[in-house]
Amino acid sequence: MKEEIIIAGFGGQGVLSMGKILAYSAIMQDMEVTWMPSYGPEMRGGTANVSVILSDKKIGSPIVTKYDTAIVLNQQSLDKFEASVKPGGLLIYDPSGITREPERKDITVCRIDAIEVAAKVGNSKVYNMAVLGGYLKMKPVVAMENVDKGLAKSIPARYSDLIALNKAAIEEGMKAIEVL
Amino acid sequence: MAEKILMKGNEAIAISAIRNGADGYFGYPITPQSEVMETLMKEKPWETTGMVVLQAESETSSINMVYGGACTGKKVMTSSSSPGISLMCEGLSYLAGSELPCLIVNVMRGGPGLGTIQPSQSDYNQCVKGGGHGDYHSIVLAPASAQDMYDFVDWGFDLAFKWRTPVIILADGIIGQMMEKVELREMKPRRTKEELIAAAPWATTGKTPDRDYNFITSLALESDFQEAFNLKLKDKYQKIEQEEVKYSEYMTEDAEYLFVAFGCSSRICEATVDELRAQGIKVGLLRPITLFPFPTGRIAELSKQVKSMMSIELNMGQMVEDVRLACNGACPVGFYGRLGGNIYTPNEIEEAFKKFNNLK
Repeated sequence: MKEEIIIAGFGGQGVLSMGKILAYSAIMQDMEVTWMPSYGPEMRGGTANVSVILSDKKIGSPIVTKYDTAIVLNQQSLDKFEASVKPGGLLIYDPSGITREPERKDITVCRIDAIEVAAKVGNSKVYNMAVLGGYLKMKPVVAMENVDKGLAKSIPARYSDLIALNKAAIEEGMKAIEVL
Repeated sequence: MAEKILMKGNEAIAISAIRNGADGYFGYPITPQSEVMETLMKEKPWETTGMVVLQAESETSSINMVYGGACTGKKVMTSSSSPGISLMCEGLSYLAGSELPCLIVNVMRGGPGLGTIQPSQSDYNQCVKGGGHGDYHSIVLAPASAQDMYDFVDWGFDLAFKWRTPVIILADGIIGQMMEKVELREMKPRRTKEELIAAAPWATTGKTPDRDYNFITSLALESDFQEAFNLKLKDKYQKIEQEEVKYSEYMTEDAEYLFVAFGCSSRICEATVDELRAQGIKVGLLRPITLFPFPTGRIAELSKQVKSMMSIELNMGQMVEDVRLACNGACPVGFYGRLGGNIYTPNEIEEAFKKFNNLK
């Protein structure tokens, strides 16, 4: 199994930490991972993205141009990465971040209103976990017990009381994602 | 089972330094390696192992603090990125001239000048061929993963003390910034004073009645003395070339074509090899793990086996010169590179490979 994912959005939406929690969860089930952020000047424009690769085998190139899954949370990211999804792949977007719908017909397109999910859970900061939940519903690449462990590893000990909140957002995100 | 942690290559350097008994780190922040000192400051090793961590006022200052610490036989290190390494080159030459062991990490970014903050491998010539003035080499290690970053700290210190020479870990922005799974090895405590004297009998640890003064300098005003010292260094570098070369190979047994690539480029080339192999083209990859000493012998052997070689580097073609020297005309040697912080994809390398070899 090898899953190549790009997660892209505005800085502050939590795309880097979403990628980190996903990667840590995969380590907890003994997979190989790479997590490669954009750290250059493109960040200064307000967009942030991270490519995450999960694999059963040792990962060669951490740089890929085609993705199994693209999670896009703003218009710039949709414009940039829609064409990079492999045929038959998955594209997840948040309708509140975009001004035009995805056009590809050869991929599975899903939408998740993660702002609404986060509001339902009661904290706008778990927006990214709602999106992660939606992704895991579509592609259960890591078992939920390992997501729990990944969360515990990624969240600093002093915030451990927030693990339950993050988990609730993941679970609600799983319910909220719609296949178009 | 050892604990496996998701961390950046830069974080791995810091954690490994603490866990492998480093005595001191002196540095100055610069992207893309600032997480090294950030992690050290967060971990506060001065409260646990007693390791000193100090932010100097400049890179020039850091490298001279490393010089001072190394004189006393301590395991000391610094890290920086390309422009900062340029500032350190005077100190690097003095360290080599005084035969002092130390560890220097260079997480390369695009240059020349201040350049970009994006990944690059354009300091190959600077680090492998010297950097500072005078006839000297540093041992240069090229990590290709976060685990390598972790492991090369310990290996680097071992080599530095074994050979009394500066060791450079030559990484790049990808290896520094990317997070991967890192297995923490067993912890090594810092050396006791007795262990330090045993490992570095030449160090300025305070004269005792049973030995002569230990004198450390790189100043040799007499020509004959300097020449004798240069020849001693030459002898040392030859022994390093005989004993310490390290490389890895991927699909080279039956290879008709070869890529040579180090660091992050070797990872990207691996994907190109897989793709070309799937098309029935017999390609292999040689990854130099030590850049000095360079795997000249093995490349020379392979030059008689393959139809051609290509050196793939994030620069304008630096290591390719060493590959050509190793081949000595036995096969054509091509080059492909990207610049300015841009990174090639496996497909881009495939196209360059086919163009060079006239293949469809």
